[in-house]
Amino acid sequence: MNKKVKQAVAFTFFRLLGLLVVGILCWILGFIVYNGIGVINWEFLSSSPEEGMSAGGVFPAIVGTLWLIAGSIAVAFPVGVMSGIYIHEYLGNRWIVRVIRVMTNNLGGIPSIVFGLFGMALFVQAFGFGDSILAGAFTLGLLILPLIIRTTEEALKAIPDSYRAGSYALGAGKLETIFRVLLPVAMPNIITGLILSVGRVSGETAPILFTVAAYFLPKLPNGVFDQVMALPYHLYVIATSGTDIEASRPMAYGTALVLIIIVLLMNLLAAASRVYLGKKVKMD
Amino acid sequence: MKWTKRVVKHVIEGLFTLSGGVTSLAILLIVVFLFKEGTGLFSSPVLERGYTLCVNAANPVECLDARQIKQLFDGEITEWQEVGGKEGEIVLFRFEEVFSLYGEEELGEEYALLPRRLEEIVAKTPGIIAFLPDEYLPAGEEIVKRLVAGNISPAQFFGGGEWQPTAGPAPRFGVLPLILGTLWVSLFAIFLALVPGLGVAVYLAELADDRTRQWLKPMIELLAGIPSVVYGFFGLVVLVPLIQRVFDLPVGESALAGSVVLAIMALPTIITIAEDAMRGAPRALREASLALGATHWQTIYRVVIPCASSGITAAAVLGIGRAVGETMAVLMVTGNAAVMPRSLFEPVRTIPATIAAELGEAPAGGTHYQALFLLGCILFAITLVINLSAEVIATRKQGKGLGV
Repeated sequence: MNKKVKQAVAFTFFRLLGLLVVGILCWILGFIVYNGIGVINWEFLSSSPEEGMSAGGVFPAIVGTLWLIAGSIAVAFPVGVMSGIYIHEYLGNRWIVRVIRVMTNNLGGIPSIVFGLFGMALFVQAFGFGDSILAGAFTLGLLILPLIIRTTEEALKAIPDSYRAGSYALGAGKLETIFRVLLPVAMPNIITGLILSVGRVSGETAPILFTVAAYFLPKLPNGVFDQVMALPYHLYVIATSGTDIEASRPMAYGTALVLIIIVLLMNLLAAASRVYLGKKVKMD
Repeated sequence: MKWTKRVVKHVIEGLFTLSGGVTSLAILLIVVFLFKEGTGLFSSPVLERGYTLCVNAANPVECLDARQIKQLFDGEITEWQEVGGKEGEIVLFRFEEVFSLYGEEELGEEYALLPRRLEEIVAKTPGIIAFLPDEYLPAGEEIVKRLVAGNISPAQFFGGGEWQPTAGPAPRFGVLPLILGTLWVSLFAIFLALVPGLGVAVYLAELADDRTRQWLKPMIELLAGIPSVVYGFFGLVVLVPLIQRVFDLPVGESALAGSVVLAIMALPTIITIAEDAMRGAPRALREASLALGATHWQTIYRVVIPCASSGITAAAVLGIGRAVGETMAVLMVTGNAAVMPRSLFEPVRTIPATIAAELGEAPAGGTHYQALFLLGCILFAITLVINLSAEVIATRKQGKGLGV
């Protein structure tokens, strides 16, 4: 076979594979949207599940997921950003950095169910939080910590050293340089990472199974020591173990669609923040 | 004013330092907690907690191991001689049977006479083996002898082929079917995902123009962002019935369904890492190849791909890591039968799915609970090895595959 023909065959094959991946994505999204769009209305979003979770809505699960997002961000964001600053601005390039980076990567690679086990042993039992938002938020916070540390590091790495030198030359100390110069410039990228981790938190099921998620709990939480329902766990429950699985299918499609919308929204927001905040900083 | 500033500075920098160690601390804590709970299993008795096996005092048998106990209660061993006793048939006695032998009055108020009655039963039957709760155990060793059952051994745990955590009187914790199930599903998933993943990576790195890449990349990111429980749901309502119909199976929940879902989920990992590796191929090599008259495609598979080989291997390894640890999607589509995997078309059960499905029912601190934590340790160890080796592979000298 002519080498040009070979090339044409190979390239067509790769194009088809590209289309295949796009096709799979469209298939999954299309299927969920097609089946779920009819279920979603204001009532679905604002009422509690009824009749053995085969009717009603997902309001308590949405509220629970919002609590978990807020909680885990509150835990992970400050620590993650400070950790990123310490690694990049203070440690520089010593061997300890490699150790910390390996540890961070490994923490990011640990399966989410292991976080669930750990959260249950440490936060639920050893710390005595019980099944609560607090325990769930800490567990999920640990899960997204590597992501936040890495984005902070990357964001700081992208800032040219002339910014630092300029700041020092004007007589600023190290902390002033970090808070007045580096963080404002790095913030768009850090926020992008933050938004992506919100998407991650809202979809994780395994870590909350044994730390916070309630099977059915129509009442809203009063504080951080309460259990809550959460969207992903709710989807798992009604898809596999509801009282009447067939009757609760529409609810499952609706819940899946809400989850997908959250993830889509977060990805769009992340893209938008990359563009918008990036511009703003440059103009300053 | 100056010293407050300095204190604040030191406090903030101290916080930075502390935060720097937080991931290392987290890993340390995870290791400590998982292994503390998990290794407790090996000092747990073989029998269900709170129960004892008793025989007639005249019986010379002193101890039984877990396998013997199981075979005994399954009726596979029926003679005392087979377990080192005297001649005589084994008579199984489960605690509940006492209620059909004696009326409520004979057992006394609040079962006060129950131990006495149990003693009578054991005394009457020389070949008896009775499975009794400690609470009602007859006092004294003259008539009723307690058997020593021993502790669960690592050999039983790691070499055992049966996972029956709630079986009585001796639950079986053999992890082989779970480990093999996990590897079976994950490796086949990577087998499915590797060609499409690498193909798309080549497409993105070499062929696609900027505009195509601009919308294809976010789509792949989106594929990575879809929650695993949504993949599981999709698998459950679409793939499982499809597989059942196409292959004409009694149930669609199978290893194959798990592998297909995992393959889709591993695609973004493989694509992203392999693409990065291919982009890293030195421009000089690429241009040299083209200058020698090679076509673009020849350059790709003779220069770019060998050059990126370590990155591509790392992509496959990390894809396996992702698949091994995946919980919810697998839990929902593989059918969760804890048996040795024999084919792709039968239900299997993976380690993460086992933990997710059973931890809720295992009483905290019990044997079952400890066994699940030990499963968590195994999973942790597997993914740690995978991540570390991916890191080593990825940082290997580039261009090794070219022999440069």
